This record gives sequence, structure tokens and C-alpha cells, in this order.
Amino acid sequence: MKAAAMISPRSAFGMALVELADANPRMLVIDPDVCTSTQTALFRSSHPSRFIEVGIAEANAVGIAAGLAACGFVPWVSAFAVFLATRSCDQIRVSVAHADLPVKLNGSYGGLPTGRGGATHSAIEDIAIMRSMPNMTVLTPADASETRAMTALSLRLPGPVYLRTVRCELPALFGESHRPVPGVAVCLRPGTDLAILTEGMMAFKALAAAEALAEEGIRARVIHFGSVKPIDRAAILAASRECGVVLTVENHSRIGGFGSAVCEVLAEEAPCRASILGFPDVFLESGDDDAIFGKHGLDAAGIAAACRELLGARTR
Amino acid sequence: MKAPSTKSISIGELELEAKELRRLILRTTHRAGIGHTGGSLSEADILVALYFRVMGGIDPSEPGKATRDRFILSKGHATPGYYSALALRGYFPVEALETFDELGTMLQAHPDMHKAPGVDMSTGSLGQGLSCGLGMAHASRRSPELGSFRTFVLMGDGELQEGQVWEAALYAGAKKTPLIVAIVDDNRVQLASTTDEAVSVAPLAEKWRAFGWTALEVDGHDMGALVAALKEARELAAYGPVVVLARTVKGKGVSFMEGRYEWHGKAPDDGQFEAAMQELQS
Repeated sequence: MKAAAMISPRSAFGMALVELADANPRMLVIDPDVCTSTQTALFRSSHPSRFIEVGIAEANAVGIAAGLAACGFVPWVSAFAVFLATRSCDQIRVSVAHADLPVKLNGSYGGLPTGRGGATHSAIEDIAIMRSMPNMTVLTPADASETRAMTALSLRLPGPVYLRTVRCELPALFGESHRPVPGVAVCLRPGTDLAILTEGMMAFKALAAAEALAEEGIRARVIHFGSVKPIDRAAILAASRECGVVLTVENHSRIGGFGSAVCEVLAEEAPCRASILGFPDVFLESGDDDAIFGKHGLDAAGIAAACRELLGARTR
Repeated sequence: MKAPSTKSISIGELELEAKELRRLILRTTHRAGIGHTGGSLSEADILVALYFRVMGGIDPSEPGKATRDRFILSKGHATPGYYSALALRGYFPVEALETFDELGTMLQAHPDMHKAPGVDMSTGSLGQGLSCGLGMAHASRRSPELGSFRTFVLMGDGELQEGQVWEAALYAGAKKTPLIVAIVDDNRVQLASTTDEAVSVAPLAEKWRAFGWTALEVDGHDMGALVAALKEARELAAYGPVVVLARTVKGKGVSFMEGRYEWHGKAPDDGQFEAAMQELQS
């Protein structure tokens, strides 16, 4: 367990492509002029003949990928999450998801951390959009190791995949032997006073919050959902029945994303006191990532505060 | 079902197939009470030329053959024409057309590659087919063992108002992408008006040439000329992207439908059906 320096998921993704290239000769990479940002430039250098530059044209990128996939290739389209999910939403929906083709989408720069790109570049609707598409698998790795493993996993899955990688560096949570499975969440910390359910990069923040709560005698279970779709219903139901209070935390809008996915399961099968912690229904703004996360309560202190409030509400 | 080999079929015989195709289109939309009749009639001759003479390596008994030429109906609403052509060619029985657009049918309103035999790409949202065709052309070039199969993409002239078409056109021209043939069913009419009244896409040949494509212009209802142009395009596609601009008439073959946007997405009622079939008797 435990590993070296902080590595960003975007870098881990770029490195994973290079590693996976020889074992996956049908894999290609399509780039709408963001490869030095999404880190597929590593693949451009190592495997130039399998790298397709399409210029600043996400819709065409997705269509070309669909045509290649219909003829036996396994193409990645690696682009900024916000433009992949919104500008080429229709192309993904019709040419990829409805056609049920093995196009692999790397939604790079997922959520807030976009290099201070502000409202237009933050991707806080992409999980909602992608998980609502039939046939689509949605993966949100928590660290570099899981990103690497999920890049390989994406290639093994027969249909379309949306792999959401964030830009910022993250502490290591998993070791090299971690093998994520679609539809299976990972319990990172045991506890029965309440459960904190996270997607992607929020896992390490939730762990820090649980640490702080433990000092107050509150034992919080922390469960990481690297697979948002399919979602681990059993883990959600167990959290509800064994903890009775659930907080979801996501690097995404509170509307339609991971928290909504959890609450769909809770409402249908095991209602309990639950709250969704995510960005409110506003466009984000320019500024430092940590400052903006903090403003919206999406840091360890904010998560811990939300937990206390939820527990207080239960006892009232 | 027809025999798979059509190499020796004459232009006169192709014209008879096209006439039969138009009758099938009318039967299909009339029976369903819905469907895109006008654009199906305008594309009829193009589809017959492709499926009975021009496309290489296609075999209705083996629709997924890896070396076959591909076809994408980017104007995905024109399924009455597309399905009728596939049925005539033997991909499935003509009787299956009676299930068009019904619950549970393999003949969905818009083409579904996982349901209808012979459909190479699912479509339905305008403007997407040419990009998919470029992906297939790339796949062909990257798989020399498949014999340089060609991909034909049929678009409407109104569809050219979609921006993605020009992303794809720009890309293919800049990269000189081989093995792709775009076809424009230039029937001059779209859903709610003529194309010129909406947003004119003229001049077509100049636009495509400026984007780096070889453009061939042809009368889309002259079977001899159409076959020649599509065959020439198939050959020229060895060197770079080719577009065939087929001048057509929306509703072609039925006088009261010709050139009228009202017949874009409408099926004939009983009286209109009888009158149309009268006109299409040989």
C-alpha cells in the first residue's frame, strides 16, 4: 500500500496510455488540440502513428472515434470534460452511446480544478449528463493508481466509457495492486455513526474529515465510488441500514450527479437521513481551487461540518 | 430475395428497381401512417445505384463482412427509402417493411445498426454521419488486409447547415483522407421550407472544392450518369476525399409531392396513395 509523490490523474492517464499501447494494438488516441493539457502528448511522442490530431473540433473527434470503433478499433477521445460532455453531447449520445460502440472518453479537467479556468471551463454537469445516457459506464478515479487501473479497465469493457480525470495532483490512496471493478465501491474507513460516500478526488478529503470527526468520538464510514455508473447499490443500502445517516460528496453540481445517483437508490430501497454536498446551482468563478472548494464547503472542514449538522438533525 | 451478384445488371434494370423502390417507399409510409416520404423518394436512385452496382464486397447473406464497402445514411430520417433498398437487395424480406416504425420492429424510425441487417451505422441526429464515415475510412486505411473498402455517406442538402459537417469536411480536406465518398442528396427542400428560403447552402461544388475535396456533379435521377459518377468517385477516393453532388427532386416520381416541403415528414392517406401508385405504374 501507499506510494510515492503526488501525481495528478491527468498525468497518470497519459502515462497509462503509453504503458497499455503494446498490449492493446487496436487502441488509438484522438485529440482535439488539448494533448499537452490532458497529457496524451506522451502517447503522441511514443506512438505517433496511433495518435490522431483533429484540431479544435470535439464533435468531429467523437464521430471519427465512433466510425473507428464500428470497424474494430478502440479509440480514446481525450478532451476537456466540460466540452466533451456539453459541446459533443449529442455526438456521444447518438454516435457512441446509442450505437453502443467501444469509444473511450477521457473527460480530463473534471469538476472545478481546470487551471483557474473559471465558469466556462469547470465541468460540474458532466456526471449528470454522462450517467443519464444508456450504455455508458462512468468512472471517477480517486488517485493516480486508480486512474491507471481504470484506464486499463476501460479498454476491457465492451461498450462506451466516460473516465473522469482531474487536473490537480492528489495524494495516493491506493497501491499498484488495486483493481477497481465496475459497480463495486471501496470502503476506505469503517464506521457506523454515519457514512460519507464520495466520488473521485473527494475521497481523500472525506478521509481527512473522518479523521477530525474521530477525535470528537464520531465514527464515520468512508466509501469511495470510483464507479458512478453502474453504482454499488449494496454498499449504499448497507450504509443506510448500518449507519442510518448518509452524506454524499462530489466534485460536481448537486444536481443530477453522484449524490443524485445515491439518493435514487436510497429513496427506492432504504430511505434514511441523507444530504448531498456538491457545488450549488451556480456557475463557478475564477480563483484558486482550494479557495473555491472551501467556499462551497467541499474541503475536509466543510465535509466534517456537514456531517455534524446531519447528525445533529437526526438527534433533534 | 435477390441473388447477391448484381455485377451484370443493366441501367434499364436498375431503373426498374428504382421504380419498385419508390412503390415500396409509398407502401411503407402509407401503411405506417408516418414516415419521411419526400426525402426517401429523392434518394431512391442513389440507393439503387450504390447497392446494386457501385458498392464493393457487399453480400446480403453476410452483412457484417469485414471487407465490405460501408454506407451511412447521415440523413437518418429517410429510412423508408433506406430500408426498402436493403429489402430489395435481399438483406431482409420485403414483408418486413410492414413493421416499419412499429413497437418491437428491427426497422426503427431512424437506423439502428444493432437491429436492422445491413445498417452499418446508427444515425438520426443530422450532421454526424460524415465524421463517422471518416472514422471508417481511417479504419480501412489502417487495416490494409481489408482491401481498402470505401465508406459512402449520404447527406441531405439541408443537413449541410449543421456545423459538424464542415468540421469533418475541413479535416478530410486538410488531411487528404482517402477512401471516403460523401454524397449530397441535393433536393433543395428541407423540413419547413425550401433550402434557399431557410439558409442557402449554394454554391455547393465551390464550397467542397475550397475545403479540399474532389467534387463531382450529377443528375441524381439519371441512372446511367449516377452510376458512372459514383463509380468514378469510388475510384478517385483512393487518392483523397470525394463528394458527389446529386441534383435531385424531393418527392421525385409523384407529381403532387415533388418539390414540396409539406411532404418532408408525411405519409400519404388512402387517396393520395392510390394516386401516387398510379403514377408509379410502368
